Amino acid sequence: MTAHAPLLELQHISLSFKGIKAITDISFAVQQGEICALIGPNGAGKSSLLNVINGVYQPDEGVISFNSKSYSRMKAHQAAVQGIARTFQNIALFKGMSVLDNVLTGRNLKVRSNWLEQMLNSGRAPADYVSQRIKAEEVIDFLRINQWRNSIVGTLPYGLQKRVELARALASEPRLLLLDEPMAGMNNEEKAEMSAFILDTQREFGTTVVLIEHDIGVVMNLSGHVVVLDYGKKVGDGTPDEVRHNPEVIAAYLGTKH
Amino acid sequence: MDFFLEVLTGGLLAGVMYSLVAIGFVLIYKASGVFNFAQGAMVLFAALTFVSLWEHGIPFWGAFVMTLLSMLALAWGVERVVLRPLVNRPPITLFMATLGLSYVIEGLAQLLWGSQVHGLELGISDEPLEVGGMLVSQFDLFAAGVAGVLVLILSLLFNKTRIGITLRAVADDQLAALAVGIRLERIWMIVWAVAGFVGLVAGLLWGARLGVQFSLSLVVLKALPVLIIGGFTSVGGAIVGGLIIGASEKLAEIYLGPLIGGGIENWFPYVLALLFLLVRPSGIFGERAIERV
Amino acid sequence: MLYRESGQFNTSYRADQRWFRLWQQRWVFATWMILAFVVVPLIGNDYWLNAILIPFLVLSLAGLGLNLLTGYAGQISLGSAAFMAIGAFATYNFQLRIEGMPLLISLFLGGLTAAGAGVVFGLPSLRIKGFYLLVSTLAAQFFVTWILTQCGWFSNYNASGVITAPPLVVLGQNISSPAGRYLLTLSVAFVLFWLARNIVHGELGRRWMAVRDMDTAAAVIGIPILQTKLLAFAISSFVLGIAGALWAFAYLGTVEPHGFDLSRSFQILFIIIIGGMGSILGSFLGAAFIVLLPILLSNLSATFLAGWVDPGQLENLQKIIFGALIIFFLIKEPQGLARLLEIVRQRARVWPLRF
Repeated sequence: MTAHAPLLELQHISLSFKGIKAITDISFAVQQGEICALIGPNGAGKSSLLNVINGVYQPDEGVISFNSKSYSRMKAHQAAVQGIARTFQNIALFKGMSVLDNVLTGRNLKVRSNWLEQMLNSGRAPADYVSQRIKAEEVIDFLRINQWRNSIVGTLPYGLQKRVELARALASEPRLLLLDEPMAGMNNEEKAEMSAFILDTQREFGTTVVLIEHDIGVVMNLSGHVVVLDYGKKVGDGTPDEVRHNPEVIAAYLGTKH
Repeated sequence: MDFFLEVLTGGLLAGVMYSLVAIGFVLIYKASGVFNFAQGAMVLFAALTFVSLWEHGIPFWGAFVMTLLSMLALAWGVERVVLRPLVNRPPITLFMATLGLSYVIEGLAQLLWGSQVHGLELGISDEPLEVGGMLVSQFDLFAAGVAGVLVLILSLLFNKTRIGITLRAVADDQLAALAVGIRLERIWMIVWAVAGFVGLVAGLLWGARLGVQFSLSLVVLKALPVLIIGGFTSVGGAIVGGLIIGASEKLAEIYLGPLIGGGIENWFPYVLALLFLLVRPSGIFGERAIERV
Repeated sequence: MLYRESGQFNTSYRADQRWFRLWQQRWVFATWMILAFVVVPLIGNDYWLNAILIPFLVLSLAGLGLNLLTGYAGQISLGSAAFMAIGAFATYNFQLRIEGMPLLISLFLGGLTAAGAGVVFGLPSLRIKGFYLLVSTLAAQFFVTWILTQCGWFSNYNASGVITAPPLVVLGQNISSPAGRYLLTLSVAFVLFWLARNIVHGELGRRWMAVRDMDTAAAVIGIPILQTKLLAFAISSFVLGIAGALWAFAYLGTVEPHGFDLSRSFQILFIIIIGGMGSILGSFLGAAFIVLLPILLSNLSATFLAGWVDPGQLENLQKIIFGALIIFFLIKEPQGLARLLEIVRQRARVWPLRF
């Protein structure tokens, strides 16, 4: 463990929907620069936890600390401003827009010109556009989606859409990247490719990553830190090796003798 | 105080008339997720067809059945020409299609039967009746009774018949219903036909009140705030919403009207609905969906 | 064969943002502009200017206004006519009550007034989504026509709420002639279309479309939802307000609140459905369609059905045809005439080959 304060720390987070507990008293910390995997059976509360971290849901109890600041509730906008980016389980791209426009919206917080300047195409607007475009094109190059730059996102195949969504998240130059099943529904080749992109992101930009993944092989290769959830509770937390030998984790995945 | 109660009762009963239109709306929304703006046009079409047939010397029940058949044909046509090709389109597209549909139905109704005003005399006097010291319109009482019977029939249909169970299945989850072999097209047609029947009943009552004319199709604008307050998916909500709108509209007209000027019933229900929405964004009885991402 | 991209490359990101990337497009545009600004006022007769071109331009502006809100920002509205009415009555009052107020400034202030009203009725859009938002826009529709009729001040105490345009003077020139009113409308439309085009191709336009396509995701990437939606309401209402003022001042001359009733709102919605949602050009095409179709129908029936169909029935027939066309477009080409034109353009690009 490093001596630095963790980038993200969850303390005693609980969340319920109409009285049904989705998350019960979960605490864990994510260190700067690591890739942390959230695993657990379906319905364990993994996606809900990501939604709490970036403010889509507000927790009933608990504190989220990000970058040494504490929040009892995070707003989605606030999370984005703090440098938390996100992809979704069921792809939440802007389907009627081109790949380039999707990536450019990812940079919306970096835009300096106001809408009056944009409307008159003067002042800071033209130079601003060019600088945002350069950054967006860098991300597009990085994820090798150049040839689909002007395609409408809704018309692209599933695997590419996943990549465009990652591009949109990366375009915001995030400190923390939340990936909800980035490899769901992919074949092995596509999974390997996506894993490589995630690793490259972490190495090149020092981005901290929290990801949800069901493929244990991928998780063990990719991440240095694994948190296991079951029925909304944390049952394991540690390095892949530690988690692999944790009896509670084995019980959650394989069942126990009763 | 007596006067207040009288206004309130009058308003509540008038509200039942709004509910009648709203119920047809709810049926279609529940079963197909279509926000049917053409419900008002269907009311007009039904009333105009009925009254024209009746004026041509066809007896009451004969005209009623023939109108019902024509509503069935309309439902069939709508399912074929509008709903089927638009399956899986965003709800907003379907809504706009029903806007177009309302133009077609209104145009068709007037093309067939002319656009002059027809009187409709159902033989119920509109004389006020004294009930417990209050003056209440007989006609409104009759309308309330009809609405009650209609709701009873609909709830029997929904809860006791096989069609009802299928309808509820479709309302709950279209895809799952499709997977167990329910034929969506048939269900849609049935629902639109039932909504047509509700439209006919509403058309007769409204027609007797206002005369059968083009403005009947504008009752849809009254039904909209009713739905907002009651929720799009609940027949009970449509009734309660109607009562709330009817009562508050009359009270506002009487007590607020003199202060800010007459004719506020056009927009007052909308402002009321808007206030409701700000407190409960999915209506009193509407389900509040949790956004899953 | 003439329409080719070959040899024309964009070598900078700014060049990629231009209006027309090909010289062919620039030439076509320039030709259209010369036609519209120079040739038409010289040769157009009063009927063409008054009955076709002016209403066409005003309606395309109104279509543009609604398109910004519904087609780009995804907020459906049935209250467009209310904002037109506000624009018209506000412009009238600025002209009437402030001595020596230039017409163009009044127009601008009228648009701003409509924009303010747009923000007020757009406020619920943060909490209310989809169909429920119709209530807010319908409330605007009914409330505005009511208050304009009810409160005599707005129409300078005219008994039936009618306002009459004063003589139109711009920069000391009386432009009350058909050609003058046409040029006024055309110039205003040109400027607003140019501004709108810049908006939808810029950051704000992307934000609108992001909110339209998936508002949760838009919030997650940091787009301020309320501000974005309210700007859509404000800018849309501004354009609609100016369209309303031109409708009253440049087209009809006199107008009453009920000239801006619900059926006008429907008409504007139909313009963008037929023309193309989320397309600047679509607003033009839809407006042209909706102005020309009734004229075409009445001419056709006068020629072929003379004596068979009476005028009242013709109106019903027209209604059926409009309704049917709406349904037809929604089924066959949800992106409207603009998309059809785009397909033609693509074909022309590769002609005589097919792909």
